[in-house]
Amino acid sequence: MTTMTTQAQTPANPFIRFLRSLTWGDVIVGVIVAIMLFLVLFPLWWVVRTALTNPTKVYSDPSAIMPIETTTFNLERVLGMIDPSEIVGMQATNLSAGTLNFWIYLRNSVIVSLIITIGQTTFSAMAAYAFARLKFPFRDQIFFLYLMGLMVPGIVLFIPNFVFIRQLDLIGTIPGIVAPFFFMTPFSVFFMRQFFLTLNRDLEESARLDGASVLGIFWRISLPLIQGPLFTMAVLTFIGSWNEYLWPFLVGRNEEVRVLTVALAVFRQQTPQGAPDWAGLMAGTIVAIIPTILVFMFFGRRVVDSIQFSGFK
Amino acid sequence: MVAKSKSSRSSLLSFLTNNEMLVAYLFILPSLIGFVIFYAIPAVRAIEISFLEWNLLSEAKFVGIENYQKLFADDRFWSAMQTTIYYVLWNIPLETLLAILMAVVLDRFSSGVSNLLRSIMIVPWLLPNVIVALLWLWMLDPSLGIVNQILAIFGISKQPFLGSPDQAIPSIAMINIWRHVGYKAILIYAGLKVIPKSLYEAAAIDGANEITKFFRITLPLLRPVLAFVLVTSVIGSFQIYDTIAITTDGGPAGSTRVIIYYIFEQIFARRINMGMATAASVVLFAILVTVTIIQNTLLRSGQSDLADYS
Repeated sequence: MTTMTTQAQTPANPFIRFLRSLTWGDVIVGVIVAIMLFLVLFPLWWVVRTALTNPTKVYSDPSAIMPIETTTFNLERVLGMIDPSEIVGMQATNLSAGTLNFWIYLRNSVIVSLIITIGQTTFSAMAAYAFARLKFPFRDQIFFLYLMGLMVPGIVLFIPNFVFIRQLDLIGTIPGIVAPFFFMTPFSVFFMRQFFLTLNRDLEESARLDGASVLGIFWRISLPLIQGPLFTMAVLTFIGSWNEYLWPFLVGRNEEVRVLTVALAVFRQQTPQGAPDWAGLMAGTIVAIIPTILVFMFFGRRVVDSIQFSGFK
Repeated sequence: MVAKSKSSRSSLLSFLTNNEMLVAYLFILPSLIGFVIFYAIPAVRAIEISFLEWNLLSEAKFVGIENYQKLFADDRFWSAMQTTIYYVLWNIPLETLLAILMAVVLDRFSSGVSNLLRSIMIVPWLLPNVIVALLWLWMLDPSLGIVNQILAIFGISKQPFLGSPDQAIPSIAMINIWRHVGYKAILIYAGLKVIPKSLYEAAAIDGANEITKFFRITLPLLRPVLAFVLVTSVIGSFQIYDTIAITTDGGPAGSTRVIIYYIFEQIFARRINMGMATAASVVLFAILVTVTIIQNTLLRSGQSDLADYS
């Protein structure tokens, strides 16, 4: 693969030439990569395959690689496009006939994730810039406290936060779900600060000599220079909020504010133990992973690069 | 400092926008509010609540260290602790080894191919825990799951996976390895990239083979990255919850009741006991701090061996 050595005798067929150039190491690496790709991609295919299968046929041939009697019925069902009475009429015992309107959950997930992303990215970037570039009393002490916050496990904070949100009477509301993540997370401040620190100071210095204000330098010079990482940060925050389960489960189980992750967990608990409604569950799953797939298609590379960067503290 | 201006209004504006300290405090203010309300105060509150007998409804009563005494006398707490550690031991070593293997494999490819592979590898990590758990619950279904169908091709009999007390924890560990291993491999791969190629060339001249090079050069120089990966994964692993909530809900026969489960039982059980729940979470925090310190000491994570070579 990478170690293509020139052969003394070159066969005419380029394919055979390629095979001959392979070492045993290359073969092993090739096999490992093939297994890896299979392990990552096959489960995703299985979601699609099950979601497109006729729900009454899910159990008829469990090893069929392609969908059985391909249908968009399940997707329409989780998106509330099919009248529940129709499902009852099908007399299929393993279908959950309850209201399955994922549009509401989809909407809630989008609202919650957007609010968190906008707040957290903005405020964390501002704080990160102050910590990286500005001088003010207690700067290092405050930053040290933030770093300590990075270490505290979620569960320790969740209980007092739950009590606090309950005292404010915000249980079951969007503000209650977004509040703990809206202003900052220690990680995003830390992450953005790293990027501001990598910026070349000369540019900011010369702008200062030209009479630019502190605010002006931030807004017109530093911020545009870290546009890329800032955007990646926003994408990662969005995905993180979208994926969050425990907190919205604690404070937002009611229908009006239920997000997709909680909805899927509830859906799973409602289906009968023996024969869960797999076709419906997998259709719900597809709805829930759409943003992830979009991120992967458009920013996969960027996300990977920023993860690598974050590893070097 | 303050630029000369014609009107007093614009000089006030320029004072406001150009006073470094003022701008700095305005910049950190929102994040500081969030930090104090949702991190600092709750951390202190957690310790306070752990000394209370409180069911959220009636008045809280100070009981001193009674919650901790009850906790340490509770067999269910210890068995939850044991289950958690059992899970960590299934999860971490295998995940780390696989991640190193994947990183080394990635390193053999040209940057174009490795970029594509890394983008694919990151996908499971981007999916919600709940989704990953559901997906594997279906694939690992004892009677109809595709995994058993595939095993049958190789002549392996049907496995109960999440349905048996013996296999439930290993199965959950595998599910989480599936979600995290690509992410960990990418971190380690980045660590591989900063090892100077000249070291390998020098070793090759000295007649070292691939295996010697890996153990004498790669592994020691990866130490800072490995320390970071290990510390963060162990901290995450101790807090396993989402996957279990979706797949086994603590069962079968209580075999997957981990520490977070124990904590939630104290909150959502018929007798709400916030004090006990919080005391258990404080103990978990203490364990995580201890484990982190031990790991950092053992792995000397702060320093790189690269300095020794230059």
